[in-house]
Amino acid sequence: MQAKTILVRLAGPALIALGLVATPAMAAEEPEITDFSFSFEGPFGRFDQSQLQRGLQVYTEVCSACHGLKFVTFRTLADPGGPALSEEAMRAFAAEHTVTDATTGEDRPATPTDHFPMSSLPNAPDLSLMAKARAGFHGPIGLGINQILFGMGGPEHIASIVNDFTGEEKEEAGVTLYGNHAFPGGWMAMAPPLSDDQVEYADGTPATVEQMGEDVAAFLMWTAEPHLMARKQAGLVAVLFLALLCVLLYFTNKKIWSPFKGGKKRA
Amino acid sequence: MSGIPHDHYEPETAAEKWVESRVPVIGLAHATLTIPTPKNLNWMWIWGIVLAFCLALQIATGIVLAMHYTPHVSLAFASVEHIMRDVNGGWALRYVHANGASLFFFAVYCHIFRGIYYGSYKTPREITWIIGMLIYLLMMGTAFMGYVLPWGQMSFWGATVITGLFGAIPVVGEPIQTLLLGGPAVDNPTLNRFFSLHYLLPFVIAGLVIVHIWAFHTTGNNNPTGVEVRRTSKKEAEADTLPFWPYFVIKDLYALVFVLVVFAAIVGFMPNFLGHPDNYVEANPLQTPAHIVPEWYFLPFYAMLRAITFDIWFIDSKLGGVIAMFGSIILLVLLPWLDTSAVRSGRYRPMFRIWFWLLVVDFVLLMWCGSQPAEQPYIIISQLATLYWFAFFLVIMPLLGVMEKPETPPATIEEDFAAHYSPATGGTTLVGNPAE
Repeated sequence: MQAKTILVRLAGPALIALGLVATPAMAAEEPEITDFSFSFEGPFGRFDQSQLQRGLQVYTEVCSACHGLKFVTFRTLADPGGPALSEEAMRAFAAEHTVTDATTGEDRPATPTDHFPMSSLPNAPDLSLMAKARAGFHGPIGLGINQILFGMGGPEHIASIVNDFTGEEKEEAGVTLYGNHAFPGGWMAMAPPLSDDQVEYADGTPATVEQMGEDVAAFLMWTAEPHLMARKQAGLVAVLFLALLCVLLYFTNKKIWSPFKGGKKRA
Repeated sequence: MSGIPHDHYEPETAAEKWVESRVPVIGLAHATLTIPTPKNLNWMWIWGIVLAFCLALQIATGIVLAMHYTPHVSLAFASVEHIMRDVNGGWALRYVHANGASLFFFAVYCHIFRGIYYGSYKTPREITWIIGMLIYLLMMGTAFMGYVLPWGQMSFWGATVITGLFGAIPVVGEPIQTLLLGGPAVDNPTLNRFFSLHYLLPFVIAGLVIVHIWAFHTTGNNNPTGVEVRRTSKKEAEADTLPFWPYFVIKDLYALVFVLVVFAAIVGFMPNFLGHPDNYVEANPLQTPAHIVPEWYFLPFYAMLRAITFDIWFIDSKLGGVIAMFGSIILLVLLPWLDTSAVRSGRYRPMFRIWFWLLVVDFVLLMWCGSQPAEQPYIIISQLATLYWFAFFLVIMPLLGVMEKPETPPATIEEDFAAHYSPATGGTTLVGNPAE
């Protein structure tokens, strides 16, 4: 794994140097989020369409057994800036799901305007927004700038969770908990969901746990922020136009004031 | 009309006279645009225009967001997601509105600290200052209630904690809390009244902003020297000032657009950075988040609230925290009477300057403490920082006026301006005669 646990590497020594945190016990509770590199990071980042499609496959074949995506409609799978399935593929995908019709109360195959099913297990959280609801937003020393410095946000958290099972198990109050470095507290109720070659990618990408983890994390970033690419593009256009206007106003201002301000005097 | 002597509007054409003799709106616009403004205003005098822009931006985006939002506990969170996913440009509206609140507070803090540094609160601008503080309090109320509307975990638990503070006030506390919540706990009635008030208060703010600005037509702007514009003759006044249009309109627009470049980058590239991830989890009254943290702009006051961990005589720590939090803001309101110095601007107050910058550092330190869990060493740091906040207003400001030996400010604004800038380098004068 080429990625490193930046949170600990950077924040740990800084905290100890400041004398703020020095107890190993506290450090152990802090989740270790791995800094994966995603195509959609940074101002120019874009979703990798085939990665989103692979992630959809992992989600459908693995995660959806327990988790839901209740805020996501099937039709958005065909939207540009997302997995961008063909219209037919999207309709076929929707029809594989059964929903209870709100008007008739009867079960029927889902149509494009229907939402993905909700979580089927009560303690499995809905994943629609997980990539924005979980994050290494807070390091280092509570400043939250890891997100800017390393792009460490929710997708990293998700990919870390599925990758960082320790293999340990323990039982608490009749529930089996699984050791996981990336989970706050170090133990979670979800069993390791992925194993190598669990899915077979149509594009021939080797389905390692790390690969599937990154793919599904990217897909869940899209479900959380379906308009991410439109947003970054609009942001870039806005910054460029405003910068141009700013330059024009700078010279206008300078010109207007020139009869009064010949130049700053050096003291 | 009082204020700085300058030319007033005289209607010339028949049409102008017809309008002006009925409703003097042209004269009002003329007076607003030509108001004599001290020509030595520096770049810290641009936050007013940024704030006015923020208010307009928040109202404009907010009105459209309200068209798509549903204030009901079982629908609010989903309706925000509907805005983010299905409404055309909804994600942009919401991110601009959410980050617009941050820009609003960033600008207001710059504006307030500028006022403190240059003594803008001192006589005769006390009422302007107090209205400003009222605006700031209303902003806090509006922002707090707005943050509840998405009905995420932090919305719900933030509302629970903050409304719970009122319960600490003896006798009247609990009725106030019940009135705020519309019941015993944060629930649908709370969400409904918060939505209603979140829509109402910005218009109250807008009204106060008009009074806040209108006051300048009598007092005139403060300026970096703290020396008043000469009013003995029009000629002297013109040597100290330039009309608002075009000189300050263009300067302010330039500064505003500069700020907006940064704002657009935040909205476009990192719109969730200033928010809390937990607010993307729907509110769950049965599950308390590990750390309940308000938005960044409330953190200094949140830190002061939590700094009081001990009982003082008959005041328990909870009430003590509430007193500290509200007291820290009331001290700002009282600043015109706590400052005893004869010199207005901090530029000529060597000792004040040091204490002032310590106050800025203190504010940032408190902000950081507020974001940390309520445990050592953050508690002791918060306590020391809170102590400094109160000492600055209650001890340092009154004493400085007596103990400090201020430098001599320039006699006039004209003199100050001439000391900083060489005279004309050519170009045409747009209005009147140049200062020299």
